[in-house]
Amino acid sequence: MEQFREIWRTFRRRPIGIVGALTLLSVVFVAIFAPWLAPYDPDEKIDVEPGDLLAPPDAGHLLGRDDAGKDVLSQLIYGARVSLTVGFVASFMSMFIGTTVGLVAGYFGGRIGNALMRVVDFLMVIPDLPLMLVIISLWGRGLWKIILVIGLLGWTYTARLVRSQVLSIKERQFILRARAIGAGSLRIIARHVFPQVLPLILAEAVLDISGAIIAESSLSFLGLGDPTLVSWGMMLNFAFERAISRMAWWFLLPPGFAIIWVSLGLVLMGSTLEEIVNPRLKSHHLFDPRRMVALVAGESASQRISE
Amino acid sequence: MALLDVRNLSVDYLTDDGTPLRAVEDVSFSLKQGRSLGLVGESGCGKTTAMLGVLRLLPAEGRIVSGEVRYRGVDLLRLSEQEMRKHRWNKIAIVFQGAMNALNPVRTIGDQIAEPIMLHGAATDKKAASERVGELLEMVGITPEMARQYPHQYSGGMRQRAMTAMALACSPDILIADEPTTALDVMIQAQILDLFQHLQKQLGLSIILVTHDLGVVAEICDDVLVMYGGRTAEYASVDTIYNEPLHPYTQRLMQAFPDIDGPALKTSLASIPGYPPPLDALPPGCRFEPRCHRKSDVCAVESPPLVAVKPGHYVACHFAEG
Amino acid sequence: MQRGDYLIRKIFFALATLVVVIVFNFFLFRILPGDPIKAIVRSPRLTREAKEKLRGDFGLDKPVFFDAEQLREGDVTGAFDTQFTAYVRALLRGNLGISFRSRRDVGEVLAERVWRIVVLVAAGETLALVLGMTMELVSAWRRGTRLDMTILLWALFSWGLPTFFLGIILLILARGHLPTGGMVIPGLKPENGWAYWADVGKHLILPTLTMAIVYTSSYVMIMRSSVVEVLSEDYILTAKAKGLSTFQILRDHALKNAMLPMVTMIALNLGYTVGGAIQVETVFSWPGIGRLMYDAVMKRDYPVLQGCFLLLAVSVIAANFLADLLYTVLDPRVQPK
Repeated sequence: MEQFREIWRTFRRRPIGIVGALTLLSVVFVAIFAPWLAPYDPDEKIDVEPGDLLAPPDAGHLLGRDDAGKDVLSQLIYGARVSLTVGFVASFMSMFIGTTVGLVAGYFGGRIGNALMRVVDFLMVIPDLPLMLVIISLWGRGLWKIILVIGLLGWTYTARLVRSQVLSIKERQFILRARAIGAGSLRIIARHVFPQVLPLILAEAVLDISGAIIAESSLSFLGLGDPTLVSWGMMLNFAFERAISRMAWWFLLPPGFAIIWVSLGLVLMGSTLEEIVNPRLKSHHLFDPRRMVALVAGESASQRISE
Repeated sequence: MALLDVRNLSVDYLTDDGTPLRAVEDVSFSLKQGRSLGLVGESGCGKTTAMLGVLRLLPAEGRIVSGEVRYRGVDLLRLSEQEMRKHRWNKIAIVFQGAMNALNPVRTIGDQIAEPIMLHGAATDKKAASERVGELLEMVGITPEMARQYPHQYSGGMRQRAMTAMALACSPDILIADEPTTALDVMIQAQILDLFQHLQKQLGLSIILVTHDLGVVAEICDDVLVMYGGRTAEYASVDTIYNEPLHPYTQRLMQAFPDIDGPALKTSLASIPGYPPPLDALPPGCRFEPRCHRKSDVCAVESPPLVAVKPGHYVACHFAEG
Repeated sequence: MQRGDYLIRKIFFALATLVVVIVFNFFLFRILPGDPIKAIVRSPRLTREAKEKLRGDFGLDKPVFFDAEQLREGDVTGAFDTQFTAYVRALLRGNLGISFRSRRDVGEVLAERVWRIVVLVAAGETLALVLGMTMELVSAWRRGTRLDMTILLWALFSWGLPTFFLGIILLILARGHLPTGGMVIPGLKPENGWAYWADVGKHLILPTLTMAIVYTSSYVMIMRSSVVEVLSEDYILTAKAKGLSTFQILRDHALKNAMLPMVTMIALNLGYTVGGAIQVETVFSWPGIGRLMYDAVMKRDYPVLQGCFLLLAVSVIAANFLADLLYTVLDPRVQPK
């Protein structure tokens, strides 16, 4: 627990990470309070006149209307729910699988470990999007199907990462001590190994969520999203099919920027966490040498130093 | 004039939140041409940091906060980075601890040795550099044809010797050898030490030997600086250190290293109980006080200054008598 | 590590993955609900001859994997005379089925269009690699400065950019200035020689640019972690102690070491690149395999879909294998003595 407080303390001082976290929170806020924030209900049937189709923004519709006459802004707001749901659930799934595989492969090693890593290698080599396209086409569209497909295919990177961490932790003092006093493997993994790996997993999870959101939006854009829900990717699918010739930018651009917004927040937050948690990223030998000699008494060498 | 005159060198390490930890405090020594210095102490006492400081090769979080490092009168700490680079390797070379991994795995040994030769102008064309590489390898007992090979094709001991050959490439005045014999088997250790002695005799090379192994120091060095907790505990000639150690820490070190030629061990091997002080919790008084066998009240409160108890014999202890 | 052993392991792995992909492909299309293959045969769109041919080629009246009864009787060849073996046999002959929509041989359609995705991916990747590595090296040279920070932020930003949306933005921006759809102006043919190819080139600009922008950030990040990894190695400190400048250290020590893992990473990344190509081809109507796949999804043309997937998967596997081969040539540690 102490290490989380330590991480939080360091994170607090990184402006990029804070910006990322706030960005993410704004989207979470919108998703949660969608029914109150959205001016219209996207599911509500409305009467439309031909002039309403792809109508540009006006007082009643801040982002105009889509090709079916519905309010774009409301769809945009509700779309946050789909993206975040897919993002969090699919990511949780792949983190869970990846961590388990990584822990087992890393800690037990041997035949099991090798076999598991071969599976990881297999999955990594097969191209993601084509595979997802094929599966969803054949299986059918639907939110849970998308979540499952993204979650079940996205765990390989985490597995590799966790495994390599576990390998280096395995030989450390406190693990050897625990083994010496006869602690069972499961107990060691749960109480000693896992807590050490957890910070890294969390950092990766944040980045993974952004990957899942982008995956969902790509699938939806290509026409495989859940037809009963509004998602940003699907909005872009309709916009691209039907609004591009008319250059209805109010329909074309907002969903894309929404995806960028949430994704950016996650990436900024995640890469900051990753930097904090991964010691390797910190120290290397090439950096500005001017700061090294910081003589306090007498003349400051740094003043006279030039590259 | 001394070859290398270090005065009051202090080095800090900055932690994540910016607080400085004093890793080296007020270290001074004087190295004359042709003489060698042993820098002795436990791991973490600051000896490697001090040497990295001399060459301005500290990691990103290191800061040299005070002192002078005069090489033939020129203060290296006040040079520009560009000027400093001309001194590195050329005048003062260093062979790092764990030299095994200090070689680039994708370049040949010969290439890597030739690199500083060409860089500092000791040779102007590849052919001349190549010849020099051959000379250097022979000097350390490696056949010149091996220059074409890669580091992974050399054994551990060979890599250590190759690193030494590389360090001598520009005929430096000073060679800093950081734990050159640690993690090597005894036979190789002996080889390396023989090599060093040979270099001292033949080339008049000054060696600063950083080690915790007093046996090695006795073979190679003329003077010894014992460090503890970032500070100098005792600084004197090697004979003095061995025969009349005045600092309690030095005395305990002597006891901890059995002398195979000396009188039969009457007492068991004495290890020094306790651990060196953590840098973020340095005691206000003498740093060795918690583990000292001669301490009294003043030790916990006041840090003993380094005093010349006799000419050329410096001790930092409240109880050191001449 | 001996080069021979390494190669054998890699060949074995590539073949094994291929087998898995083939079996998976078969499995997927037969087992999923609404068995599409059976559906084909009932489809009114195909002629009777075509249906018969399909039935014959794919053994649709035979058991799927193996015949348990015949196996028990000891008739091994009979037992394995199944849909699966028929499928594999057809595959080895290059027979990938018939497109539902166009009724053309799938293999033929793929062969026709494959060079277009290759050109797109090659152009995009090359540009992305060059830009990405250069940007990261500049960043490493000036680590900690505002330039470094800008490059990093830009890389992070474009990493979170959905490829298809970037395509849409570029399409909107370039409208009127550059061709935004298709491969060539209708009317021009290869017989027109230079005019044709020049026009193809013009149509390639936006798609390539989209790919390049997205994957540059990928390579900046990959190169960065590779560079950081390399820069924390002991031999870099040795280089510094020798008196080399930052630039010299990067050029003579870091670069080669940092680039080694890049070779493997490029191949590994190819899976994502292919995914990006699908999106880019869709947005810009570039008639390669990616667009073909999208159309096949929309029109439920399962044989084509299956064929595209197989082609793409096999290509990525092959590319990874080649990258591993290349690695043995480049890394002296994996050389025969």
